[in-house]
Amino acid sequence: MTTSTVTIKSRGSITIDTATCKGCELCITACPPEVLSMSTAVNHLGYHYPQLHPGCTGCSACLFICPDFVFEIFKFDTPTLTEVQVDDSFATTVAAGVGEMNA
Amino acid sequence: MTAVDTRAAAHLMEGSEAIATAAVAAGCRFFAGYPMTPFTEVLENFAKQLPPVGGVCINAESELEAVGMAWGALSTGSRAATGSTGQGLSLMQESFSEITLAELPLVIFNMARGGQDYFQSTRGGGHGDYRHMVLAPMDIAEAAELTQLAFFLADKWRNPVLVYGDYLTAHTQQSVSIEPIDFGPVPDKPWAVNGELNGTGNSRIVSPLGFAKTGHESVGIERHLRRMQAKFAAIEKAEVRVETGYVDDAETIIVAFGTPAKFVRYVVAQLRAEGEKVGFVRPITLWPYPYETIAQVSEGARSVGVFELCGGQMIEDVRLGVLGRAPVVGIGGISTDGSGFGVGPLLDVDIIRERILAIHRGGAQAELPPLPDNERG
Amino acid sequence: MTVTQPQPVGPVLDTSVAPPGAKKIADIKPDLLLTGEHHMCPGCGEPLALRIYLEAIQELGLAQRTIGVAGIGCYTSFSGTMDVDLVQALHGRAPSVATGVKRMKPEAIVFTLQGDGDMVNEGLQEILHTAARGENVTCILLNNGVFGETGGHMTATTVIGQRTKNSLEGRDAEYHGYPMLIGDLIAQIQGASYVARGSVHNAGAVARTKRMFKRAFESQANNEGFSFVEVLTMCPTGWFIPTGDGPDYLQDTLAEIHVMGELKVDGVVHNTEQLVAENTRKAEEAAAAKARDLADKTGA
Repeated sequence: MTTSTVTIKSRGSITIDTATCKGCELCITACPPEVLSMSTAVNHLGYHYPQLHPGCTGCSACLFICPDFVFEIFKFDTPTLTEVQVDDSFATTVAAGVGEMNA
Repeated sequence: MTAVDTRAAAHLMEGSEAIATAAVAAGCRFFAGYPMTPFTEVLENFAKQLPPVGGVCINAESELEAVGMAWGALSTGSRAATGSTGQGLSLMQESFSEITLAELPLVIFNMARGGQDYFQSTRGGGHGDYRHMVLAPMDIAEAAELTQLAFFLADKWRNPVLVYGDYLTAHTQQSVSIEPIDFGPVPDKPWAVNGELNGTGNSRIVSPLGFAKTGHESVGIERHLRRMQAKFAAIEKAEVRVETGYVDDAETIIVAFGTPAKFVRYVVAQLRAEGEKVGFVRPITLWPYPYETIAQVSEGARSVGVFELCGGQMIEDVRLGVLGRAPVVGIGGISTDGSGFGVGPLLDVDIIRERILAIHRGGAQAELPPLPDNERG
Repeated sequence: MTVTQPQPVGPVLDTSVAPPGAKKIADIKPDLLLTGEHHMCPGCGEPLALRIYLEAIQELGLAQRTIGVAGIGCYTSFSGTMDVDLVQALHGRAPSVATGVKRMKPEAIVFTLQGDGDMVNEGLQEILHTAARGENVTCILLNNGVFGETGGHMTATTVIGQRTKNSLEGRDAEYHGYPMLIGDLIAQIQGASYVARGSVHNAGAVARTKRMFKRAFESQANNEGFSFVEVLTMCPTGWFIPTGDGPDYLQDTLAEIHVMGELKVDGVVHNTEQLVAENTRKAEEAAAAKARDLADKTGA
């Protein structure tokens, strides 16, 4: 599989209070740009917690769906750009404008 | 008990009207109830009297809702009341228990069907460790006065108070004068909800569970319940009210409360005039109960008779007071009209006189005359 | 049910502190919540409803005149964390208590917070009569179709087929009877001015439900009569499913029967067909928005 470099645009960002997270994972599927993943580490309660990758839009979906009040939402005036290595299937999927990256 | 001259501006009114008038005079501004004989006219009178003074009377869809509405009104710091007969109050018992634990000053009117609700009133039909004060007027004038006292005591102790009347309290007429009575200052109500402190970290919570808002010390349910017990003990010490008559040298003591006590008082006075050594004790508070008075007067008595219009409920408290100092015998009984409203032929001075004399002359073992039957069966 | 797990790309970013140069647009918790900590299970929907009605009260400028009345359920533990004057009621009795509060404080905004067990089982009479009297209060129902606090037992709103601890093979109409659609019932009552059923199973639904809360409180502030907001909430513990499956389970079971939408606005009742059509349109909008977000991520 070949990889290529793409630039991911972040128009927003979040803070995550990982200590109060109960690991329900609702934010993971709620995130429209799909930029949250669960940690492999656990917090003091023993729960995995979400972590942020580039591409946040600051839409607040994670905050709306989080039962444990762990998120704060921020927006950038100018989007930050992050270059990342992706395999070709990612670029193809996104370019096609299809929502399900790994359907 | 009162400084008010009841002869001034007195006029003839039904007990229901007197109670509602007295409640309004005491500052009651909310009432919710559900019609039920013989309580119905109390509700009617509140419905008539509250709106003109800016109050609210709701004809609730059930007793459960009536007491809930009163609960809400009380939480705002308003003086509020509910009521029914014992039957309707059965439905409210869950709330009475929790309202007591939430320390809300509810006033409850029981226009009982006879004396059958003594246990319900004094023990409570609800769950858990709670007590509420019970005031038992013997007539309409006293009902008007005790109604005002009930609102005062409820606020003083942040505890429900029940006024125990009956068909005759509610439905007969007497000449009374009702003016606001000043019983003294009552504590402020900083706990009352109004929303003004929301968002400051000092918002309030009215809860039976010992809850506090985050950031404030939570009492916790165990300490809360223990604190309640301490309050009940203080009420027991401070609020016993009792009337006695001719007890010093009495050989026979008759104990009665409420309407029947007025009949007993009259008969005992008659017998005294005839030279019979009889006396009476009339508990005005059924809780706290005048155990000490009962203990004192039963010392040296030959027998203690209990006249109540039921199968025998208060007699248990009398026995607890007497504690074996004298034999205790029930001289009342079940007596009611055909509708079951507790208005029976037993409530008659001649019949009561016969029964008192039976134990006065024959002792506690004496055979009592048979209970009179209701003509209509 | 399989939930498609997204696979984000790129490094894990630092989210422990506010990103430099960014503007905060949403707080971690509403101002009227003293702490975000609570004892609800993972994946519970109730805190989501809590957030939005508290925000709605705040944003409408009603914070300093609001009084809540809480029923008995899991949500009861919020009575200590909401920075709002609160009366703790018995199970089922909150609407009557709210009535007493409102009648003595007509200028206050009074709401009840109840679950389906509290409101639709134990307290059905109270909620219906309060609506019929047109009491100017707002009753909030957190409907998850299950007694969560006792550990997952059938309520009056449990849908046919739903497994609970006392309908182990699923609710069977012949044996257990049918679920009660409380929002639809209340919408038919003349004293009710605004009736809506929202949900918190996705961000769009949360935002929509928050608007419902605002309309309900506005309606109360305008003395329009009884208002009612039902919110479908996830209870993965009481549904015996993984936490992440909660939203889809809600959508596929509860929301199929308890159809979301505004059931009555300004006294006009909306029927189920109208609500379904509206929901389909909103789902399509949400899918389109998500596709746009994904494309936008790399479409610099």
